[in-house]
Amino acid sequence: MKLKSTLENYLFVLPAVVIFSIFYIYPFSQVFYLGLYEWDGVSAAKQFMGLTNFKEIIFSDPIWWKSMLQAGWMTLVALTFQNILAFLLAWACDREIRFKNWYRLVFFIPPILSEVVVGLVWQWILEGNYGLLNSWLTQVGLSDLTRTWLTDPKTALNCVAIVHSWKGFGWGFLIFLAGLQTIPRELYEAAKVDGANSWYTFTKITIPLMVPVAILVAILTILGTMQAFVLIMAMTGGGPAYHTQVPILRILGSMDGSRYGYACAQGILFGVILVTISFIQYRFSKRSQAKGA
Amino acid sequence: MKFGRFAILIVFFTGIILSGCGQKNEGASNPSEAKKISLTVWHWMTDRESALQELSKKYEEKTGIKVNFELYAPSDAYAQKVRAAAQGNNLPDIFSVLGEKRDFAAYVKVGHISNLAPFMEANNQEWEKGFFSKALATSEFIEGNSYGVAPGIYGVPIDMTSIMMLYNKDLFKELGLDPERPPVKWEDFLAIGQKIKEAKKQGLVSGWGEIWMIDCIANNFAFNLMGKDKVLLTIRGEVPYTDPDWIRVFTLFKQMQDAGLLYNGLVSMVNKTAEQLFANGKAVFAFNGSWCVNVYQGMNPDLKYGVMFLPRISDKFPVSVWGGAGSSFMVYDKSKNKEGAIKFLQWLSDKEQQMFLAEETRNLPANKGAAGRISPALAEFSKAIEYSTHPRVWGVSEFSQVIEAFDKGIQSIIIGEKTPEQVAQEVQKIKERELAKKKNK
Repeated sequence: MKLKSTLENYLFVLPAVVIFSIFYIYPFSQVFYLGLYEWDGVSAAKQFMGLTNFKEIIFSDPIWWKSMLQAGWMTLVALTFQNILAFLLAWACDREIRFKNWYRLVFFIPPILSEVVVGLVWQWILEGNYGLLNSWLTQVGLSDLTRTWLTDPKTALNCVAIVHSWKGFGWGFLIFLAGLQTIPRELYEAAKVDGANSWYTFTKITIPLMVPVAILVAILTILGTMQAFVLIMAMTGGGPAYHTQVPILRILGSMDGSRYGYACAQGILFGVILVTISFIQYRFSKRSQAKGA
Repeated sequence: MKFGRFAILIVFFTGIILSGCGQKNEGASNPSEAKKISLTVWHWMTDRESALQELSKKYEEKTGIKVNFELYAPSDAYAQKVRAAAQGNNLPDIFSVLGEKRDFAAYVKVGHISNLAPFMEANNQEWEKGFFSKALATSEFIEGNSYGVAPGIYGVPIDMTSIMMLYNKDLFKELGLDPERPPVKWEDFLAIGQKIKEAKKQGLVSGWGEIWMIDCIANNFAFNLMGKDKVLLTIRGEVPYTDPDWIRVFTLFKQMQDAGLLYNGLVSMVNKTAEQLFANGKAVFAFNGSWCVNVYQGMNPDLKYGVMFLPRISDKFPVSVWGGAGSSFMVYDKSKNKEGAIKFLQWLSDKEQQMFLAEETRNLPANKGAAGRISPALAEFSKAIEYSTHPRVWGVSEFSQVIEAFDKGIQSIIIGEKTPEQVAQEVQKIKERELAKKKNK
């Protein structure tokens, strides 16, 4: 009877295990396997290289690390600018303001637009010679500030990071709004009866109760931004030189150069880095929650 | 009982899910369908799609064989699709290999591409003789080639291309220049930069955000400065990139930037943007391929432009042009319809179809017999074919890492971040690293 029950349990999870193994574990193991070889993606013969590809990425590929740092910078901008904006707008929309449903709709438009379209539109806005931004700056007498925003090494990455944040803040907005709506209204009413002002209510009720939501949004932001590339491809193609290169563009570049083994090794290493970041953040959030409790 | 039924359900659904992972049944289940031949062609040429569909209809009317042209664009997505299909042995009857000769060789060596030399050479080389030799050269592997490919012809060119400089005749007039006398020497070209700056116009546009176009112009400069042999010796690793001639090549980009000849923001520009800007009269010069004749016609039929060679830097060696076969089709060697595919390509590359393609798509035909029916602008590009060269005919390929460092380095020079000497050293360092790796294999 016990054996039958155990078998039944295993049968319940079997489809999920089979699908997961076929579509996740097997491809992952193949990618790792290919990362140990030098392979052009076509030839039947692959040359075994051991860990050479991994060593080369870690010790002799400064552009890879530059791309990691640049993705890190974009993530930092997203974590601060994008998420603070998302939270403040969600907080505003959670209050009794006029047209709040309209705002909710408008704030969620950027995430549902195609990244390529957004990239091209912003490319036109930021274009150095005939772009809208430079035109506006000239009209308001700030022509000294005009520049080729996307080809100036000093501004290219920041422009891409800001556009990425603009494109992505709607997701955070939606999650924050959902989180804010789960806070029992009685807490606010009780605080009001006790004489708490808005700031006190915000810092002592809203923020502590939103910490788990903020952690979730932060994890999604980190994973989403580190893997961003379509928008960058549309806006700058990773240039000028290497100034807007990010890891996924490097992996694609290796594939274009017929270096599939190297691209696989880059993919594995990038995956490990992302998992490590997520794990650290998970541990950190668990500790924060435990402290809060 | 309950458990048994549940187990059957699990097995059933797992079976359904896994059945999707099985290989496609290549054979037709109905014997009458098997007799009906249809060919599948994968291509990426959005501008030629309607003309190719038209030709497909004509071929079906003539032979009863249906040819399905399937468009997969852009070209890099197409290249990935072909590569993935090659892994699964699911290539169509006819396809193209984009990329470098090294990639092409890999497809041939693994047995995906048919050697068409016996068909080309049949009947006293009737098929082969119909093509311009430069068009065929990019698909050819000669005896003793460095890729280790059996000698033969592995592709059928359907058109030709050459990449040249273009100038806007109206803007030339506005700058006080003679629109019928474009600059021939480098110094004359640089001098125009000053006029462009003074008139607050923009100079040269091109897709230099896509590294292959920088590679193309840089190699043209190098051929003119040091000759083909020295360029090939560099690729073989016998001449360093720190050689003064190579530093001069890098310096030319700095000179163009300093002279005000380059469009602001050129280094991140894709060729489509460059084409729009030139077609709309926003730039004096463009560096573009012969396909642009069709593109500009579509964007601005009133555009008045001239075609010129790159300004000459040195008199020691001729000015060269990247060119040869524009697009070529290959026959999948494991195709069940191999013979039909070859016959279709023979028909497609025939004079009549080539004339139709040249007229409809404004591309240079690969067939000599069709060359008389091209537009005047295209005729200018065709003159350059004589001076054309292409990495696919060099017999050696540069490491992709070196090409990237070379072209990104030029971008760095243009944005004023690095000096030509710094870039030369960086490129050479990568070259030496790759040579050492190759030696250790």
